[in-house]
Amino acid sequence: MILVVCAFLAWAVGWTLNLTLARDGVAETRAAQITVPVIFGVTVLIMWELIVRGLQVPGVILPPPSAVARAFVQNGNVLWVDFVQTILKGALSGYLIGCGAGFIAGIFAAKSDFLRRGLLPVGNFAAALPIVGTAPILVMWFGFDWQSKAAVVTVMVFFPMLVNTVAGLAEPTAMQRDLMHTYAASPRQSLEKLDLPAAMPFVFNGLKISTTLALIGAIVAEFFGSPTVGMGFRISTSVGQLALDMVWAEIVVAALAGTAFFGLVSLAERIVTFWHPSQRS
Amino acid sequence: MKTLLAILTVVGAIMVIWYAAAVPMNMGTAISEAQRAGVEVTPPEAQVRRDMSGTSLTLKNLGLISATWELKRPRLPAPHQVAIELWDTTAMKKVNSKRSLIYHGWVTLSATLLGFAFGTGLGILLAVGIVHSKVMDMSVMPWAIVSQTIPIIALAPMIIVVLYSIGIQGIIPKAIISAYLSFFPVVVGMVKGLRSPDAMQTDLMHTYSASQAETFWKLRLPSSLPYLFASLKVGIAASLVGAIVGELPTGAVSGLGARLLAGSYYGQTVQIWSALFAAAILASVLVGIVGLLERGLLRRMGLSR
Amino acid sequence: MTVGPVIQASGLDLTFQTGDGPVHALKDVNLTVDKGDFVSFIGPSGCGKTTFLRCIAALETPTGGSLTVNGMTPDEARRARAYGYVFQAAGLYPWRTIARNIKLPLEIMGFTRAEQDKRVDRVLKLVDLEGFGGKYPWQLSGGMQQRASIARALAFDADLLLMDEPFGALDEIVRDHLNEQLLALWASTGKTIAFVTHSIPEAVYLSTKIVVMSPRPGRITDVIESPLPRERPLDIRDTPEFIQIAHRVREGLRAGHSYD
Repeated sequence: MILVVCAFLAWAVGWTLNLTLARDGVAETRAAQITVPVIFGVTVLIMWELIVRGLQVPGVILPPPSAVARAFVQNGNVLWVDFVQTILKGALSGYLIGCGAGFIAGIFAAKSDFLRRGLLPVGNFAAALPIVGTAPILVMWFGFDWQSKAAVVTVMVFFPMLVNTVAGLAEPTAMQRDLMHTYAASPRQSLEKLDLPAAMPFVFNGLKISTTLALIGAIVAEFFGSPTVGMGFRISTSVGQLALDMVWAEIVVAALAGTAFFGLVSLAERIVTFWHPSQRS
Repeated sequence: MKTLLAILTVVGAIMVIWYAAAVPMNMGTAISEAQRAGVEVTPPEAQVRRDMSGTSLTLKNLGLISATWELKRPRLPAPHQVAIELWDTTAMKKVNSKRSLIYHGWVTLSATLLGFAFGTGLGILLAVGIVHSKVMDMSVMPWAIVSQTIPIIALAPMIIVVLYSIGIQGIIPKAIISAYLSFFPVVVGMVKGLRSPDAMQTDLMHTYSASQAETFWKLRLPSSLPYLFASLKVGIAASLVGAIVGELPTGAVSGLGARLLAGSYYGQTVQIWSALFAAAILASVLVGIVGLLERGLLRRMGLSR
Repeated sequence: MTVGPVIQASGLDLTFQTGDGPVHALKDVNLTVDKGDFVSFIGPSGCGKTTFLRCIAALETPTGGSLTVNGMTPDEARRARAYGYVFQAAGLYPWRTIARNIKLPLEIMGFTRAEQDKRVDRVLKLVDLEGFGGKYPWQLSGGMQQRASIARALAFDADLLLMDEPFGALDEIVRDHLNEQLLALWASTGKTIAFVTHSIPEAVYLSTKIVVMSPRPGRITDVIESPLPRERPLDIRDTPEFIQIAHRVREGLRAGHSYD
C-alpha cells in the first residue's frame, strides 16, 4: 500500500515539476520542451513500477518496467536476431521494393491523364484497405521465411506511395509548366527540373507513412506463420508461454526501430526539401 | 463520366491480369488433377513437372487453361470463384450460421465500432485538454506523435491473452485494440484542427471579449471538423485492422480474422480470399460512411469544398 | 537578319469553347510591333491582353487569322527560343538558389557551365542583384524576386521580352523603382518588349506604343504612339504631355467599356 501511495506522490512531484516548467517564459525554451515530456514519461514508468509492486500484480498480467529492462538486457542476443529477421530482412527490403515500385508507377501514372483518373481512386481505395489481411496468402506463396514478410510490406506500402507520388507530380502550377513550355523544354527536362523536385514533399510524406506500415506488415505477417525467429513470432510464442516481460522487450525494440526508421526518413526529408515552408524555421 | 470510364478500365485491366496470373500459378495443380482423372498431360511424369515453371507447363498444356480457373484449392483463385464464394456465404446462408460471412463480419464489425467509438471519444477529450492546458500539451503531445511511428498493433496478442487470463473475453479485448489504434490519430488530428483558426480569427473573438468556452464552441470546434474527419477515416480503417488482428492470437472461431486464420490452416484459399474481400468491402463501406457524414455536416455548416 | 516586324498579327481570332457557349477572347486583332518597340497592352480584365501575349508565346493557339513572331509561327519562334517570358508572379523554384534559377533555362538550352556562370553574373548585374546569387528565393523580398525572374528571362539573350503584369503584385514604391530600372534595361539592351498592365501611369510611362483593349469580344480599340522622348525621368509623369496621353488612354478605356 505504501508503494501505491508513493506512486501518487511521484505523480504529484512530476506534475508539479512540469507545471513549473510550462510557465510562460520557460516553456518556449528548447530544454523545457524536451524535459517536460521526458519527466512525464519517467513519471509514468515510476508509477507503473510502484503500482505493480504495491498491488502485487502478477507478472503474467503486467510485468513492472524493471522486469522488462532485465529481459531486454538478458535476451539481447535473441532480440537482435529477431530484429535482423523482421526489421532488416522483412520490413526494410519490402519497404525499398514497395516504395520504389510505387514511385515509378506514380511517375508513369502521372504522365497520362487517363491513367491518373483511373489509378488514383483505385489507389486511394486500396490504401484504406486492411492489406495486412493478404498475409496468409503471401505466406502461402512465398514460404515462412522473410520473403513473404517482404511481400506483405511491398503490397502495403505500394499504394500510399503511388497516391502520394501522383499527387506530388500534380503539384507544379500552370504557370511553372508554362515557363518550361516557353523554354521549349523536353518532357524529360520538365520531369527532372520541375516535376520531381516539386513532388519531393509529397514523396517524403508517402515514405514517412510507409515506415510505420512496413513494421506493422512485417510483424503481423509473422502471426500467420514464420520460422522460429522474428519479432512477431517471439511475441506470439512468448504470449503463449506467458513470458510477458519478453513481449514487452520486443515491443520496446519495435518502438525504438519505428522511431529510428521514421527519424531517418525525416532527416532525409529535411535535407532534400529544406526549401519547403514546412521545413524552414 | 470520363473518370468512371478510366476507373473501369483500370479495374478491367486488374481483372485481366488476375485471370492471366491464375493460369501459370495453378497449372501444376490442374495438371495433377487432370492426370488423376485420366486425361493425357505433357509431360506425364510428376517428377519432371516439378522442376518446370508454370509458364512452360502452360505452353505444353493449353487445353487445361480453363481448368486452372475452376480448381477446388487453387494457389490463386479466379475472380469469379471468389465472387461465387462471397455470394454463397452471404446471401445464401442464414445470417446466424457459422458459415455465413455476414455473421463473421458482424462479429468483427461490432468490436470495431465499439472500440472506434471509445477511441474517438477519448481522443477528442484528450485533444480538448491538450489545447487548453499547456502542461498537458507539452507532456503528452510528443508521445502521441511518437506513437504514430511505432507499430503499436504488436501489443494486440498480449492484450487478448492477458484479458483472457483475468476472465475477460469476447468483444471487449478486440474493442480495446480497436480503441487504442483509433485513439492516437484522432488526438493528433483533433489538436491540429482545434489549433487551425489563425491569429486574425482568434483576435476577433478577443475583441468581442468572448470567454474561452465561447471561443471553443463558436470558433475552435467548427474549424476543427475537417481535420477531425480526416483522422476519423484513418482511425476507422485502423480500428478494423485492429479487430481483425485481435482475432488471430487466441484462435478465435468467429470473425473475419478467424476466417483468414482458419483458411490459411486448412489451405482453403477461396475462403481466405473471400474473407479478405469481405474485410475490404467492410473497410470501404466504413470509410465511405464517415466520408458521407463529413460531406453532409460540412455542407450544412457551409464549409464544403 | 531582315529588319521586318517582330510581331505581326492580322485578323487574329481566338474563341474558347466553354460550357456556357463560345467565348470570344480575341476578335479581329491587327497589330505590328517593330524591333526596339516598347509596347504596352492595357485594358480591363477579360479584354484579352494576356491571351494575346500567350498567343505570341505559343501558350495559346489562335482559332483564326495570322500571327508571326520574327517572321515565323509562334511555335517555331518558341522552339528557336526567340523570347523570354515574365509571369505575374516570379515563379522562382524554391529549391534552387537565385543563380541556379537563372541557370534553369540555360541548362535546358544546353549552354556550357562556364557560359552559364558568365551569363548569370551579367544578368544579375543588369537587374541590380549582384551578390544575391547564392540566396534562395524565399530569402528575398517580392520586388527582388520579380527582378530575379526578369534576369532569368534575360539570361538566354532573346531579343523579345514578353511581360505579363510583372509588377502587378508589388506596392507602388517598389513598382516605380522597377519601372525606372526596366526602362534603363530596355535602353541598354535594345530589346523589344511587350508588356501587359492594368495601370495607366505605368503604361504611359514605359511605352513607345500603347495598345488599348476592351472586352466581350476582346479587341483593340486604340493604338497610341507615344510622343514622349525615350529618355524618361520619373517626374516626366507630371508634364502636360504625359497627362494628355494618360487622358487619351482613359478615354479609350471608357469608350470600350460601359462599367455596368
